Amino acid sequence: MAEAGQQKIAFDLVTPTALAIAEQVDMVVVPGSEGDIGVLPGHTPLITTLRPGLVDIHNDGRITKSLFVTGGFAEATPERCMVLAETVLTVADVTPQDAQARLAEARESLAAAGAEANAAAKDEVRAAEALVEAVAMRRGSN
Amino acid sequence: MASLKTLKTRIKSVRSTQKITSAMKMVAASRLRRAQEAAEAARPYAVRMERMVASVLASPGIAENGPRLLAGTGKDNVQLLIPVTSDRGLAGGFNATIIRETRRRIALLEGQGKTVKLLCVGRKGAAALRRDYGAKIVGTAEDIGRTGVKFSDAHDIGQRVLEMFAAGEFDVATVIFNRFASAISQIVTPQQIVPVPAPKIEAAPVDVHGAHGTPRAVYEYEPSEQEILEALLPGNLRIQIFRALLESSASEHGARMTAMDNATRNAGDMIGKLTMTYNRQRQAQITKELIEIISGAEAL
Repeated sequence: MAEAGQQKIAFDLVTPTALAIAEQVDMVVVPGSEGDIGVLPGHTPLITTLRPGLVDIHNDGRITKSLFVTGGFAEATPERCMVLAETVLTVADVTPQDAQARLAEARESLAAAGAEANAAAKDEVRAAEALVEAVAMRRGSN
Repeated sequence: MASLKTLKTRIKSVRSTQKITSAMKMVAASRLRRAQEAAEAARPYAVRMERMVASVLASPGIAENGPRLLAGTGKDNVQLLIPVTSDRGLAGGFNATIIRETRRRIALLEGQGKTVKLLCVGRKGAAALRRDYGAKIVGTAEDIGRTGVKFSDAHDIGQRVLEMFAAGEFDVATVIFNRFASAISQIVTPQQIVPVPAPKIEAAPVDVHGAHGTPRAVYEYEPSEQEILEALLPGNLRIQIFRALLESSASEHGARMTAMDNATRNAGDMIGKLTMTYNRQRQAQITKELIEIISGAEAL
């Protein structure tokens, strides 16, 4: 792993409507469902599901791009890392107000669903919560 | 014989119809281009998703006790058909072919003693099928693709299909949609989406271990293969529906463009013919008036 310092890994972020990102990066951190996973060149082949959270692209020792995904899948091989996500948001484009509004809306629809609240509504709340947190964290650090 | 005045009105009305059809053709052409781009943009996701499903399925022991979405219920008694039509007409045979194929399938399946349920996408399909098969329609989805097909549309339909399947309301689901071949040709395509047909394994699997590695990538899974597959399959279902909607939307605009092109041309022919008759009559009238004047003068 150590000798991989200068190497780059091909990173693809794909959504149903577009190939959102396809570039060479130093490292990506993906929000795996069982914890964040940093993918460097030479990573063992891995397939994982994602929880709602941030995909961070690292270049030259710092985060150059940060994207929010509501879930999805990631596949890592030694040469490439691929993230499949149904929705992607650039964190810089989301204001804390937007995030809060989305959370409020999600909670409302969950409450409206009542006892038979379906998994989709719960997922939406979880995603919105993660978004609020992510936005707060990134804004705070800047 | 029609009078000059009625001919003139006819010509005027045909001309204004022609204006409308040619405008519709123009609109359809630009929408078609956008729809094609959208279909193109969806391809990478679908291809990678399929590859991921294939590689999970390739791992040992997964296919035997796969989730129900893959294995099916083991029956095919209740069939869900999802005909994809448009909300608007004037698109040539676009909706008619889908409806005809749906009717044919219903007759065929019922002949085999199976129960058929319908989930109609698009207003035209629901309207046409309601008359004969109203009792079979379990749901409709409308207003799709008015401003381009969105993934959330496919997500919603997928969710309904999944919920129905989870509740045991059907055994097999098939989408019937128009595959876009070209602006003048759309192919009615039935595609089974539940149980998920096993994706074809690539002929040349990606070798991740270099030249002397194992023939197929050996992945680590987090969480287990089982859980990943359970999450992947609904995603795969949604993208299949999304692609069907995109293909259908491109086909719709293609069909409308062709239909409107023909209509514009027909209107042009008709205007030509009517103008010819109009001119002949005008001449005949002038001749008649001249004869009247001359014979009037001679009589004096």
